Amino acid sequence: MEGLIHQVMSGIANGSIYASVALALVMIYKATHHINFAQGEMATFATYISLMLINAGVSYWAAFLFTLVIAFAGGMVIERILMRPMMNAPVLSSVGVFIGLLLIINACSGWFFGYTIKSFPSPFPSQPMLGGYVSGHELGSTAVTLVVLLLVYLFFRYTRLGLAMRAAAFNPASARLVGVRVGAMLGLGWGLAAAIGSMAGMMVAPVVFLDPNMMFGILLYAFAGALLGGIDNPLGAVLGGFAVGIIENLGGAYLVGTELKLTLALVIIVVVLVVKPTGLLGRAVQSRV
Amino acid sequence: MPALLEARGLHAAYGETKVLHGIDFAVQEGSVSALLGANGAGKTTTLRAICGMVKTQGEILFSGQRIDGRATEDVARRGVAHVPDGRGTFLELTVEENMRLGAYTRKDRAVAADFDRMFGYFPRLRERFHQQAGTLSGGEQQMLAIARALLLRPKLLLLDEPSFGLAPLIVQEIFAIMRRIRADENVSILLVEQNASLALDFAEYAYLLETGRIVVSGPAAEIQQDEAIRRSYLGY
Amino acid sequence: MVQAGVKPDGTTLFGSPSVEAMPAPATAGADPYVPTGDAALLAVANTRSPARTRRSAMLVVLALIVAAAVPTAFFNGYHLFQLTMVVVYAIGILGLSMLIGFNGQISLGHGAFFAIGAYTAAILMANWDVPYWATLPVSAAVCAIVGFLIGLPALRLEGHYLALTTFALAISIPQLLKINAVSDWTGGVQGLVIDKPDAPFGLPFSGDQWLYLFALAVGVVLYVIAWNLTRGRVGRAMMAVRDHSLAAEAMGVNLAMLKTRTFAWSAMFTGIAGSLQAIVVQFVAPDAYGVFISIFLFVGLVVGGVASIGGTILGAVFIEFVPNIATQLSKSAPGAIYGLLLIAVMFLMPQGAGGFLKSLATRLRR
Repeated sequence: MEGLIHQVMSGIANGSIYASVALALVMIYKATHHINFAQGEMATFATYISLMLINAGVSYWAAFLFTLVIAFAGGMVIERILMRPMMNAPVLSSVGVFIGLLLIINACSGWFFGYTIKSFPSPFPSQPMLGGYVSGHELGSTAVTLVVLLLVYLFFRYTRLGLAMRAAAFNPASARLVGVRVGAMLGLGWGLAAAIGSMAGMMVAPVVFLDPNMMFGILLYAFAGALLGGIDNPLGAVLGGFAVGIIENLGGAYLVGTELKLTLALVIIVVVLVVKPTGLLGRAVQSRV
Repeated sequence: MPALLEARGLHAAYGETKVLHGIDFAVQEGSVSALLGANGAGKTTTLRAICGMVKTQGEILFSGQRIDGRATEDVARRGVAHVPDGRGTFLELTVEENMRLGAYTRKDRAVAADFDRMFGYFPRLRERFHQQAGTLSGGEQQMLAIARALLLRPKLLLLDEPSFGLAPLIVQEIFAIMRRIRADENVSILLVEQNASLALDFAEYAYLLETGRIVVSGPAAEIQQDEAIRRSYLGY
Repeated sequence: MVQAGVKPDGTTLFGSPSVEAMPAPATAGADPYVPTGDAALLAVANTRSPARTRRSAMLVVLALIVAAAVPTAFFNGYHLFQLTMVVVYAIGILGLSMLIGFNGQISLGHGAFFAIGAYTAAILMANWDVPYWATLPVSAAVCAIVGFLIGLPALRLEGHYLALTTFALAISIPQLLKINAVSDWTGGVQGLVIDKPDAPFGLPFSGDQWLYLFALAVGVVLYVIAWNLTRGRVGRAMMAVRDHSLAAEAMGVNLAMLKTRTFAWSAMFTGIAGSLQAIVVQFVAPDAYGVFISIFLFVGLVVGGVASIGGTILGAVFIEFVPNIATQLSKSAPGAIYGLLLIAVMFLMPQGAGGFLKSLATRLRR
């Protein structure tokens, strides 16, 4: 029983990371109907930048905030330069551009920061907490993630800008008709997604250690979570991410063994896409002739 | 006096397909003009052209300034509110959020008062204020779309087929409300309608489009009384 | 939502404007499937004079003789190895080209078939002393079956979703190869080492020379098969499905059968390439088949020209030699070069370098 609780708590902690990346993926999908294959690499690169700041003497939380801002700016730039022209491109072209972006950012991580695995500091105490079921870091990172997700939710739900961004994602034509600058909203959306991804990167790096390929596995889990919840539903993405975290841990502990955890994510993806492609909370997608 | 909206030699195309072949029309300030014609004549395209939603050639002047080639959101910010065909409602958002978006570009403090005035025209919107817009009936969505457009405090209101897909009783109700709006609000209207008699009753001036060209134009009352025109172009 | 069959300017395959289409400010992503290269040739194929076909065939044969003779005679072991790898990658990209280029199904996970082919060959050779050449038919069969099986759920997935699922597959491959339960055969994390084949019948070739000629021979056979496949009825059906699947179905194409079959063919080709790689490198290990092998095959395809059979060779040369040269700059250079080129091709030359050169050649011929 103790083991079960520990696995579930651990699963929630992991799930908070997947939920964040899944949210970033869904935000971009909702706005552009493209899947950002480079999401993981963007997060990794941002994490490297934060490490650089920390090593330069900046305090952890200041570096954290700086990185969020830098990632935000980076996301906006990427949207403006690469994504804006690709808006109505055929699927193959956009997939090509995203993979290209993945390769470039991955190369940049290696070029600027090297390929040796690095450790990344955690701002949280290392001793076990909550009766020994979670580590300090797991508890802390889950808390930070939940706070960020909550702030994002409040932003979209209650602010004028958040409303405009939602409108631009739901119905860009109508949004233009009321004067919303849809292009700028897309840029903001990308910036926000990049920032959320960078937060996830910084929260997970202490656990999995930092190297240029750090986020591939996590990206896979995030895909599974986003699809499970519904690729066009932000709340679904978050719930899906947590679900995948718990499934991964429980499945790894009791079903398939830790060596096949990634395969579990793949199985989830295939099952969801074949049985209910819209995910648990998503909406049916019309495919036009 | 120069017209509020004026188009000169307007051409429009979707990709390679040309839809408008050099039309001229105008909307005088404070008046209602109607754009009539059969399906596919180019009426919706004309409204889209004004809002920069299609590729155009030729001039479009709004309050004396050229707006052809400008982005849609820019045209909207200059005071042109477009109620598109199909309503263009944000179905996933609530009625309240739809209305707030209508007032998105406004920085003045009269927005709350305007909301009340919209409820005066469309009481059902107050009832359904927190409901998701997608759950509204067709007629209610049309009302929401008009309210959203008016919340922009536009100088020019573009209405694309407000009667489309609605039961006759609802259409009458909406047009009755629009008469009140015309009387009380300081807005000029360009109305696109397939239902010609409805439009000619409402408008002061009318243009008749046929396959991208204006074939008849004149005061609405005259067109209504001209049997020949009615028979050959308007089908009644 | 970007729909298959609706091009960037809003027109569908049949020219009528999609009424919902709104003009985009500057569509840089032009249609990669605009017929150039082989697809355009296909349109012209019926009108091509027999004399011209004979002349092209003779040129190809001549090129093959040169390709076989010159390196064998003059290149050292390492350079021969590199050329052999070019052939291997070319076949691998050829498989991918069938699926993406000719049939429009986007796979970012073809490394999986490459790995299956490689491991099939290695397992047979290391565990049961199967001769290297006999592993190829087995590999072909295994990969065709697996490809067909994967092609079945893929029927439900369009565009981005298929790309996503295959990308997920690509990320999962190493873990699947490390499964403890079968590590007795697969060699687990350490992988398998196999023996280098010698030239048969005591022919006067070194191991490297023989491997090169062997790979070249296999390549010729496969390319001829691919050429015939894409030029015949099947190829036309594949492309019809790619461009407008509903219309193709209305014209009598059995969509499900065709798409899964294409997947099977595609998997088979890339699988044979994987087997050749195992034989040529004499080593397989799980981490060699990570997500990047799938990505590099994709890069090679795009750079060479998505629907161009000749372009696959160009792409293979690219992904074999760019790392060699670029790593002298830095370990990151190949990835950056691939990424930049991928984006550049999508923006500027959607038909890829191969398609571009071919259309240049066609224009010069006039």
